[in-house]
Amino acid sequence: MTSTNGNGNGHRNGRVRGYSAWSLLRHGLSRSEWPRAWHDRELRPSYDAVIIGGGVHGLATAYYLAKNHGMTNVAVLDRSYIGGGGSGRNTSILRSNYLTPEGVRFYDRSVKLYEHLAADLNFNVMFSQRGHLTLAHNDASMRTMAWRTEVNKLQGVESEVIGPDEVKELVPYLDTSAETRYPILGALYHPPGGVVRHDAVVWGYARAADAHGVHIHQKTEVTGIDVERGRVTGVQTTRGRIATPVVLNATAGWSSLISDMAGVAMPVQTFPLQAAVTEPVRPFLDTVVVSGTLHVYVSQSDRGELVFGASVDPFASYSMRGSLEFTEGIAGHVLELMPALAKMRLLRQWAGLCDMTPDYSPIMGPTPVEGFYVDVGWGTYGFKAGPVSGEAMAACLAEEKPPEIISAFGLDRFLSGRLVGEKGAAAVGH
Amino acid sequence: MMLLPCPWCGPRNAGEFKYAGEGGARPDPATTTPEEWRRYLYFHANTRGWVTESWYHGAGCRRWLVVERHTLTHEVRGVRDAVQVAREGTR
Repeated sequence: MTSTNGNGNGHRNGRVRGYSAWSLLRHGLSRSEWPRAWHDRELRPSYDAVIIGGGVHGLATAYYLAKNHGMTNVAVLDRSYIGGGGSGRNTSILRSNYLTPEGVRFYDRSVKLYEHLAADLNFNVMFSQRGHLTLAHNDASMRTMAWRTEVNKLQGVESEVIGPDEVKELVPYLDTSAETRYPILGALYHPPGGVVRHDAVVWGYARAADAHGVHIHQKTEVTGIDVERGRVTGVQTTRGRIATPVVLNATAGWSSLISDMAGVAMPVQTFPLQAAVTEPVRPFLDTVVVSGTLHVYVSQSDRGELVFGASVDPFASYSMRGSLEFTEGIAGHVLELMPALAKMRLLRQWAGLCDMTPDYSPIMGPTPVEGFYVDVGWGTYGFKAGPVSGEAMAACLAEEKPPEIISAFGLDRFLSGRLVGEKGAAAVGH
Repeated sequence: MMLLPCPWCGPRNAGEFKYAGEGGARPDPATTTPEEWRRYLYFHANTRGWVTESWYHGAGCRRWLVVERHTLTHEVRGVRDAVQVAREGTR
């Protein structure tokens, strides 16, 4: 089947053709190639804004800049391919049961945006709100769960503390007996939490941003940021210079390196976080199970694989290699929770880079360099915040001031001492 | 797995050590401003390349060590006892 225009991507006059049940049926029957979902464009010598990092944060910002603020002369640059960094390496868990009111409000907005994302982007992102369980194995954890529940409820987020019997009812394969090394005393149950197909979120935003006229440039590495008299004037890339008055650093694993180019210091340390999947099995686990004490989270993907994640590696590194310690540790911890999985085999493991901040909250907004903005420091919680970060950073770039929802996350908080401590709810390694 | 060549115990698995990071000159708490103190606490070079950092060999000789390590390749160039480094003033 021939495409409707010369460049073979099925777009007509820059408008994207909608996906529908009818188009699925037609393509299925005709066995024709699906049109490409976004264009490769010529690099312009200047843009109104340049976003560094083609992950969910960068692409979502570009999309909301175009959709909510009418800014379409925007480029998203990625040194590799889109969604190849943190957006493709996370364990795709979404939730909003955080500890601080600022955090809960922020992540709840993200879950709300995710709930309508498939319809908004005309792209199935396969959001499965299957419920999220954070297990408590000691009195201190039970106390934190009760604290989080109350903060969550006050912000209108569904959360409750449940006992071992209810946990067992939700996840029959969990060992809830009292004979284990870390008996399960209860859990924080968060019904709106779940998993989403992370690649689909990236591709959906890319397609929708492209349809609005945003340029997505893959394999375009930023090598320098031009600053004149305290103001951004452009970026240097491996494909030449781009003049622009606005630059957003939306990278993960490169937060410090990109910000250094603009002369802005970051309160960030980069650590790898490893994850793994097993061979696929029949569906038996329909909630997300997290244990802070055992440093592990488990969910079952639509393909039947069990997805395991852990805490970050014990020392700072930019390496994305896996380690035997991780494999041994995660296997032991998963078996502690679900002994029935003893004969499952791991299929693969990988690592992503996490830019850890001192308070486990992100860094969003302007910097001392005019026109240079950051959306970084996403530690182990960046993917779930993609939509709200895009929406908020788009508003921040367009209106030149951070909107209320991210006002607590500014870079200046580290020098003024107003930290937003989320360690108790943002990470399993504490 | 990463091996750290401990000057007292020989090459040992990194899991035996406690990582303490970059470190740097600690400002004098008596004279520093809160802002300077926070800059010292929170901001890091976060270098991608060779770094000089502190590790503690908790499961071995229980000595503090100064390690030169590459943060991308995990190569280790040199490990010295922190007390000796402090005496020689060569960090």
